[in-house]
Amino acid sequence: MKADIILSGVGGQGILSIAAVIGEAALNEGLYMKQAEVHGMSQRGGDVQSNLRLSDKPISSDLIPKGQADLIISLEPMESLRYLPYLKKEGWVVTNSRPFINIPNYPAMEDVNAELEKLPQKVVLDVEAIAKEAGSVRAANIVMLGAAAPFLGIDYAKIEEGVRRIFERKGEDIVNMNIKALRAGYEVAQHLQ
Amino acid sequence: MERNLFLGDEAIAQAAIDAGLSGVYAYPGTPSTEITEYIQSSPTAKERGIHSKWSVNEKTAMETALGMSYAGKRTLCCMKHVGMNVAADCFMNAAMSGIYGGMIIITADDPSMHSSQNEQDNRVYGNFAMIPMLEPSNQQEAYDMVYDGFELSEKLGYPILLRITTRMAHSRSGVVRRPVKEQNLMRFPEDGRQRFVLLPALARKRLKVLLEAQPVFTKESETSGYNTYYDAPDKDLGIIATGIAFNYLSENYPDGFEHPVLKISQYPLPRKQLEKLTDECKEILVLEEGFPVVEEQLKGFLGKGIIVHGRLDGTLQRDGELTPDIVGKALGKEIAGYYAIPEVVEQRPPALCNGCGHRDVYEALNEVLKEYANAKVFSDIGCYTLGALPPFRAIDTCIDMGASVTMAKGAADAGLFPSVSVIGDSTFTHSGMTGLLDCVNEKTTITIIISDNETTAMTGGQDSAGTGRLEAICEGIGVEPEHIRVMVPLKKNYEEMKQIIREEIEYKGVSVLIPRRECIQTLTRKKKAIKK
Repeated sequence: MKADIILSGVGGQGILSIAAVIGEAALNEGLYMKQAEVHGMSQRGGDVQSNLRLSDKPISSDLIPKGQADLIISLEPMESLRYLPYLKKEGWVVTNSRPFINIPNYPAMEDVNAELEKLPQKVVLDVEAIAKEAGSVRAANIVMLGAAAPFLGIDYAKIEEGVRRIFERKGEDIVNMNIKALRAGYEVAQHLQ
Repeated sequence: MERNLFLGDEAIAQAAIDAGLSGVYAYPGTPSTEITEYIQSSPTAKERGIHSKWSVNEKTAMETALGMSYAGKRTLCCMKHVGMNVAADCFMNAAMSGIYGGMIIITADDPSMHSSQNEQDNRVYGNFAMIPMLEPSNQQEAYDMVYDGFELSEKLGYPILLRITTRMAHSRSGVVRRPVKEQNLMRFPEDGRQRFVLLPALARKRLKVLLEAQPVFTKESETSGYNTYYDAPDKDLGIIATGIAFNYLSENYPDGFEHPVLKISQYPLPRKQLEKLTDECKEILVLEEGFPVVEEQLKGFLGKGIIVHGRLDGTLQRDGELTPDIVGKALGKEIAGYYAIPEVVEQRPPALCNGCGHRDVYEALNEVLKEYANAKVFSDIGCYTLGALPPFRAIDTCIDMGASVTMAKGAADAGLFPSVSVIGDSTFTHSGMTGLLDCVNEKTTITIIISDNETTAMTGGQDSAGTGRLEAICEGIGVEPEHIRVMVPLKKNYEEMKQIIREEIEYKGVSVLIPRRECIQTLTRKKKAIKK
């Protein structure tokens, strides 16, 4: 088993929580993992990414080589495109469709969508809308994790367990909200494939 | 065995606690901050009374750590690479005196400058001070090196410099812990006055002792389990890989190395293994994260003798961090990329947060400075450095911690008017205060804006040393009380702010303006915490 994943988004959207849940689930599966993330200045509304590598064998590099990522999970559509050089030819892109516009020269959405359209394997969904419908507005990032769950090579139950462990310090309500969000993303993505 | 998911920084922190640490001393700086933060939030550290409060700057941190070591206890001192420049006076001389309780100095270097002004490689400092150095290649090694490092430090009698880079500091992996040790009891070196009083006559003796220790340090490296020789059939090339460069090398050879490889994670360089590699192989390739430190040592000044490839001959790029792709290319491997970045993708630079007080400071300052032909704004290190970017384009310089005050003074001495300094509260107490005394002593015509958000914001909201006392500090240094002006940076106060800025620019002497409003990030976090 080997999964190389790039998580991307804009500082503050919560990609590190997604990484933490997957990491927790992977460790419980007895897998090796390495996860490189960005802290500091770039977090202030800039583009952020994390390299997440899972394997049943020891992992060498903390960074994923070009053309080797199995999956890009992105909380922002333009940001999903930034890391395409790292994607495998047959790799999947699972991305939020709703743009985060904090720069004056954000491209036209039809141009961004046209680029996404060109990719052979993708899931594009409005995670904020799904989160709202599920009553979990503040858990859009976990909706995204749910949508990406089928591509991780880890049992859904283990991921749910990961959510529980990561959020348990914050109380039962927060845990339930996030588990609902996870389920909602998972179900919508099943229909889109 | 239970594996804990630790950042490199967290592995270092946990190892120090487990090895009987008594105190960590540090000033926040990416990518080193999480080491101290981890210890601050560790229940074990609290139970054991481990000191973990932030220091005012890296120099005070290292001196305090040395004091704790002098009293026999184990201590850790952490900083980002440029912090070492601040602490260097103590660092160089701690190598002369040596230590008593185990002392590990962590330098977290930032090649590619993810969050820094330069990408200096602090292994150079380790060689400069002639002390042993460690450079882990993974999180488990980072843990083990710190856990065993205190003992090594005590055995040799010298501080150990442990160097990590961004990708080690901020990457998570499974780490196995070892048993928790007792802390050292307080005790003092019997020959303390011979070692720690660096009068010239005694310092000359200490230098001889340090020089005599060099072969001992080399022997430690040669017998260290962290320096490993991997034999392989094709001896046309021999490869040296230091620290995490070893991972990128391994990534390119998933089925085993084709050429002999020497992994180096402990310095000074292991002479014996290097000789073996250069004897057996025709040419040498050096892979190291940062400057060509090992490469230069191998090459010598004229570069005659052994054929060495690396960053100096263009086999690898001279600047920037390594990646598996850069290493692969240097080894002649094809890089498989299938997709390019589409042209529609735009840069998304970081920006000041919405609602941030620095925004209001720059809005008002920019308005006032339009009224002058030659105004220059000297700024400093912190979130407010982002005032360089649109829409503000408000600052002219950002060099090093505290330089805004002293550069503005120098330019004022040269005749510039208005000469304005913009510095954050934490940066001011770090290194701005001393420069302010220079200004006061000469009654320089200068306007210093301490943009006070009551925290060390850029590194994530750590305590700021001068919170609640900035006016008193400035007054104590000798700024006239009527020229210390506090304001609240909000849109509704723009007219008042502009008026104060104008008045103080026109004052022929030292003015300190303190726009004060809490960082929007720490405020939001506090509000959330109250809700719960």
